[in-house]
This record gives sequence, C-alpha cells and structure tokens, in this order.
Amino acid sequence: MFRRLHETSVSVTITLDGTPLQATAGDTVAAVILATANPVCRQTPESGADRAPFCMMGACFDCLVEIDGVPNRQGCLTEVRDGMAVRRQPRPTPVAP
Amino acid sequence: MNELDLAIIGAGPAGLSAATLAAGLGLSVTVFDENPAPGGQIYRSIETVMATRSDDLAFLGDAYRAGDAITRGFRASKAGYSPSTSVWLVQKDRQIGIVRDGKASMLKARRILIATGAHERPMPIPGWTLPGVMLAGGAQTLLKSAGMVPDGAVVLAGNGALLYQLAAQLIAAGAKVAAVLDTGTDYLAALPKLPEALLAAGTLLKGLRMIRAIRSAGVPIRRNVGGLRAIGTDRLEAVEFTIAGRVERIAASVLCLHQGVVTNTQITQAIPVRHEWNAAQRDWRPATDQWGNTEIEGIAVAGDCAGIGGADAALHAGRIAALEAVQALGKLNTAERNERAIGHFGALRRHLRVRPFLDALYPPSSAFAVPADDVLVCRCEEVTAGQVRDAVRQGASGPNQVKSFTRAGMGPCQGRMCALTVAEIIAAERGKTVPEIGTARIRFPIKPLTVGELGSLE
Repeated sequence: MFRRLHETSVSVTITLDGTPLQATAGDTVAAVILATANPVCRQTPESGADRAPFCMMGACFDCLVEIDGVPNRQGCLTEVRDGMAVRRQPRPTPVAP
Repeated sequence: MNELDLAIIGAGPAGLSAATLAAGLGLSVTVFDENPAPGGQIYRSIETVMATRSDDLAFLGDAYRAGDAITRGFRASKAGYSPSTSVWLVQKDRQIGIVRDGKASMLKARRILIATGAHERPMPIPGWTLPGVMLAGGAQTLLKSAGMVPDGAVVLAGNGALLYQLAAQLIAAGAKVAAVLDTGTDYLAALPKLPEALLAAGTLLKGLRMIRAIRSAGVPIRRNVGGLRAIGTDRLEAVEFTIAGRVERIAASVLCLHQGVVTNTQITQAIPVRHEWNAAQRDWRPATDQWGNTEIEGIAVAGDCAGIGGADAALHAGRIAALEAVQALGKLNTAERNERAIGHFGALRRHLRVRPFLDALYPPSSAFAVPADDVLVCRCEEVTAGQVRDAVRQGASGPNQVKSFTRAGMGPCQGRMCALTVAEIIAAERGKTVPEIGTARIRFPIKPLTVGELGSLE
C-alpha cells in the first residue's frame, strides 16, 4: 500500500507472522506492515473484517498487533527492534455462551 | 513517590516550548509523550529527517523545518523527557499514571500541563474501514516518519488546509496523485473574514502556492464533490463520488480522507474538567482562563488540545502556560510573569488571526458529521448510524445510553473515532444541539494497560 522513497538503511530484522523482514531503524511497526504486500494488522472481533493502519497517531487503534507475545499493542506507536516478533491479530474466537 | 514541579503531557510545539521555558526558569520539568521522538505530529521525526533524510525537506517544507529549532532548544534545556510513554491516568490531585516498556508507575506533580494536541476529525463514509483508506494526517506521518508514499494511485478527499498540503507534498515526492476531491470549500462565507486573515498573509500565500503546484502537476481538483464512497471487497479498489449530479469513479489503491482536525480532549474529559462546545469547528474545548488554567487547581492546557490554532499559536500558548506555572510555584512574581508574557500574547493573537477565515473556508460538513443509516460510525464495534438512530428511537437519550444499547464507543479507541459523530446523530435525531446532548463519559485508563502492567505498580 506504501513504498519507501529511500533504500532501507541501518537495517533491523523483525519477523512478521514468523517471516523475517528488513526494516529501517526508527520505523514504526505499522509503517513496516503498510510497506508489505499485505497491509493488514488485524481482523475485527465483530465481523472479522481486515483492518489496516488508519490514523498513524495513536487514536484509532486499527493497527493493534501482537508484539513479542503481547496482544493489542499499537503498531503506530511502537518502533521496530532487532529480533522483534510481530503477529497480525486474527478475529478472536467467540467464547461459547 | 517523586514529585515534579511541572509534568507536561505531549511533546508537540506547546509541550516542548513550555518545558524549555519552565526548565530555564528553574522548575523541575518532565515531558511525557507516547511517540518515540519529540515534535508531536506536526514535527514528527524532525530529528531523524534532519540527520538522515534532509533531502526530504524539499517537499516537507519550511513550516516542518521550524521544528528543528524547537526540538534543539528542548534538548539543550534541563527538562526531562520520557518518550514512548503513555499517560493512562490523570487525577484531580495531580497524580499521574504512566506506562513505559511494559511497566506502569505513578508520579505526582505540583502542576500539570496537558498539551495533547489534536487528532483528525472522523470522516465516516461508506467503505472507510477498507484497507487502503486512511486519514490524510496518517499518510503525512508516513511521509515524515518513514519516507513512505502511497504505492499506486492515491485520491485525496474532503476539505481543509492539510488536504491540499498533503497533495502538494505527495506530488513533489513522486507519488501518483489521481485527484483531489474537494467536498466543500466555502469562499463566500470566508470572504468577510479575509481582511483580518490578510494580516497573516504568509499562511494564505502558502496555501495558494500549494494549489498552484497541484494544478501545474496536472492533478485535477474536483470541487463540490458529494456521495463519496470507498469501493472494494477486501481492499480499496476505487473511489466513487457525485459531481454536478453525475456519478464518477476513479481507480485508486489509497484514499486519504480529511475534514480538519479536532481537539484531543481524552484526558481533560476523563478528569473531568468543564468543556464548552465550539459550534464553528464542532468540537469540545476545555474551559480555561487566558493562562490556560482549567477549573482544577494546578491543571492547565495549551496548544491545539485547548482549541485548534495551529503549531505557531501552540508554541506561544505553551510559553504562556509555562510562565503561569513558574509564577504559581513562586519563581516569578505576577508583574514579572505579565511582563514576560506580553510578547507571547501578541504573537498568539497574530497567529490566530487567520483562524476565523480558515474556519469559514473549510467548514466541517454535515454530510460527514451526520452520516446516512448504512455508514459505520463506530469503527471498533462496527456500529452503523442507523443502529444509533434505532437506539435513540428506542429511548436512548444521550451518548452514554447509546453506548449501552449499541456498544458504540466501547471498543479500544474509546470513542476517539466516533464520539463526535454519535453525539451529532443523536442531536439531529432529537432536534437538539450537541451541547444539550453532551458526550459519553470518558474513563481512565485512557490507554490500554495489561493486568501485568497494572500489577507492576508499586
């Protein structure tokens, strides 16, 4: 959905859903996801619709992702770190009544 | 528990200028900010751009470059700085709850300055939750913070200065801008405010230059656009709109929406302090005196979170609030405070002169404030305008009841993206004004906090 104007410099390696990915130090997790072929961060609990980062300033919470095992982190406020494990959040399984 | 003289929330122009001045006059100051670097949204990543991507200044512009001196002044001061820190609690007794690196803690301050700025006004249209649709400010943040531009055709739609600024920047950065769809610029209403605005002619000239740059790049600016829809199944594929009674469609991979910005009042509403409805800009503003003091002793606001005035105005409002804090804590007497503040009050007035013109030129449109039944208004819980209206017809009289009936405003964004829309819909449905309807009660924690983080509190 987005492309870089500059080559990635001061490279950082993260994994996204287990796949290694090069990023530039200082990038936010949301920016890195928007630069991939699949810009989605999560699916909504209600309908399961895909959501991509929307406001990029910490207000909309559409960019919630799992970071190093902790779910519901705001991807647009989190800088990438070497070795960081990011996972897109699938629709939560509904709890049986 | 540490006690600071002055805790500042937000590292944009208001927060940084306040911190620099107050620290220089002997207060112990710390700025808490959820972003990784100082500058706020307006000067987002200014330090990185100056150090590693200075070529990008060619399209980011001089107004952005102004952030360099502000962040340098702040870094050179004795003010403390806590980046990547979320403030999740502010109490009337001036205790603050923060979370950083997975650890929550509490601190106390003798004075608190809230400088949390603005966020974009929600612009609900059919399809606005599709990946590919984002707010214009978000696309601009990607340009500033990561040097990224939309890949493929991008359409910009809405109104306001930022929409045109972003279009000019994206064109200069080499993005493929397919069109600018202006949903309503009111030249007639703005005309009477022009003489006053001419006293801030620099801003107006900048605007005219941007529009000329867009046109000379061959990018169509379509005016009086209505019926805006984002079209696509899993991703945005096209933007549909009506113009002069005809329906048109433009293929696009990215759609940037913008309807101006509104005050970020999440903290002040949660405390709560008294707010007043601004009818021109259709947002809530904390009630303050001229120094930014709220009704709560020791808690002040400055910059866009107190009322939209822009970055230059925020810089001076921050200094005015800082002088007040220094005086309140006994390091200046009243006469000294007043003397030092005169220049900043003058500058603040000058920078605000252009606002009545801009407010009238780019009025927030009722088409988006009060959307049609099939449009999602609460993005988190996926509640439509029609469901909100149904709840009102079933007896929900205000935003708190609508929240209970429909879950609108109950998701992770806590109403940041829907509270204004929900209140406008209820008001229109009941034939009342938004201030008569009120707003949903905001409750702490205003940022997500895990049980583990909460458990780490001492």
